[in-house]
Amino acid sequence: MTQDEKIRILVAKPGLDGHDRGAKVIATAFRDAGFEVIYTGLHQTPEMIVDAAIQEDVDVVSLSILSGAHMTLFQRVLDLLRERGGEEIHVIGGGIIPEEDAAKLREMGVGEIFGPGTPTGAPIEYIRRRFETGRGQSQQGTEEAAKEGDAT
Amino acid sequence: MTPSALEAVEEIASRVRNRDRRGLARGLSWIEDRTPAGRALLDRLYRADHPAHRVGITGPPGSGKSTIVNELTRRLRARGAAVGILAVDPSSPFTGGAILGDRIRMQDHSSDPDVFIRSMASRGSLGGLAAASIEASELLEAAGFDWILLETVGVGQSEMEVVEAADTTVLVLVPESGDAVQVMKAGVMEGGDVFVINKYDREGGDRLEKEVSLMLELSRELNATGVADRWEPPICRTVALRADGIDALLEAIDRHRAHLERDPERRREVRSRKIARRLRTQLRDRLVGGLVRRWDLEGWVAETTARIQEGKGSPYALVDSLVARLLEEGVPGARDDARRSEGRGAEERP
Repeated sequence: MTQDEKIRILVAKPGLDGHDRGAKVIATAFRDAGFEVIYTGLHQTPEMIVDAAIQEDVDVVSLSILSGAHMTLFQRVLDLLRERGGEEIHVIGGGIIPEEDAAKLREMGVGEIFGPGTPTGAPIEYIRRRFETGRGQSQQGTEEAAKEGDAT
Repeated sequence: MTPSALEAVEEIASRVRNRDRRGLARGLSWIEDRTPAGRALLDRLYRADHPAHRVGITGPPGSGKSTIVNELTRRLRARGAAVGILAVDPSSPFTGGAILGDRIRMQDHSSDPDVFIRSMASRGSLGGLAAASIEASELLEAAGFDWILLETVGVGQSEMEVVEAADTTVLVLVPESGDAVQVMKAGVMEGGDVFVINKYDREGGDRLEKEVSLMLELSRELNATGVADRWEPPICRTVALRADGIDALLEAIDRHRAHLERDPERRREVRSRKIARRLRTQLRDRLVGGLVRRWDLEGWVAETTARIQEGKGSPYALVDSLVARLLEEGVPGARDDARRSEGRGAEERP
């Protein structure tokens, strides 16, 4: 990753619960880790989240869900991303999600679930490990070009 | 550029022309990341006729810029115009990270296919903000957006450059932002084509309006050069959260646009000024960026910082001697290269 490139993350809260403290804490931690955080706040529909993720060309969508509706909300976000050409955008989540549900979510294609009490360093490490070699396969052309540019 | 990279550029270019959202978003990332692919893309899509109308909106944090953008967008959409929005927020100078929250106030439009909202962080300190956001607006222009709204926190030189690159510059003030002398000190008064006093219903709104209007009158008298059909910046009172005064604001922007387009001579002049400015920011961005990379100047900053801390020299002398060395030595053969590349087509890598 060149110094001009930044990991971009959408932090969003889908659904009806009104507790955004967790989302704000994680957004701040991500910023302090040097990421660019697009924060869209409370009461987001999966459609709004995916529209924002596509327009902002984020690497990661991080959902905070405390309402219990995580199974349907994650599924909908994953489906819409696939539908709108954003399948390579990585989805992670946090909130009150039982371990057996978390296992199912991982099977569905969610990268990782960070439950209550997770230190903020854990998702940061997870994202860094995943993206420090670049922004994923689809940008290979750009990276190639960027390298070539450096050689001038 | 390798054939596969060129192919990727062509693919994104055609997706941008078709206003494919994913392709446009990817192209914007190339531009933000300052990649050669981003420049190649702009080269293919550049339109010298600048068909879109660009409105730069600036003002202090919390003055209601995003809410105003949201309301303007609603009205422009009602006319059937497609609207591209760029919301620029500062990066943290400590970590390089950023929290970009302007979308929160623009959610009414987030799923509208004729609205495209992109948040941008100001990123590095060595120039680039103005260049990147102007380039991004050119990409939106190529994607066929009729209006481009560029929102920045107007506190620094580079932010002012961003809005000055717009066709119409809107300055948003609020009663809390202090008296007009503060505004004058910030040096932003000259740049405004339209002034907005938002949150007008709060205490001090009418006083601020009086002060701004006095200052505009003063500058009018001082600059009375007898030019016919001069633009007189209007002052609009708004309460954006209630959408009060937004119709009048859009009308003022429309009038400014008509003013620019009425006189073909003026239109030419404005365009050529814009192109010259474009060249300057691009030149500076490429020169500074190129030098920083070529000589690993960030590394030099780190080393020299340590030296200065150990008491070995001052920033002034050390920068002086570095610059002198760079200018003297230059890039071996650079002069020939520059001359040769002038004769080459734009297809070639600079």
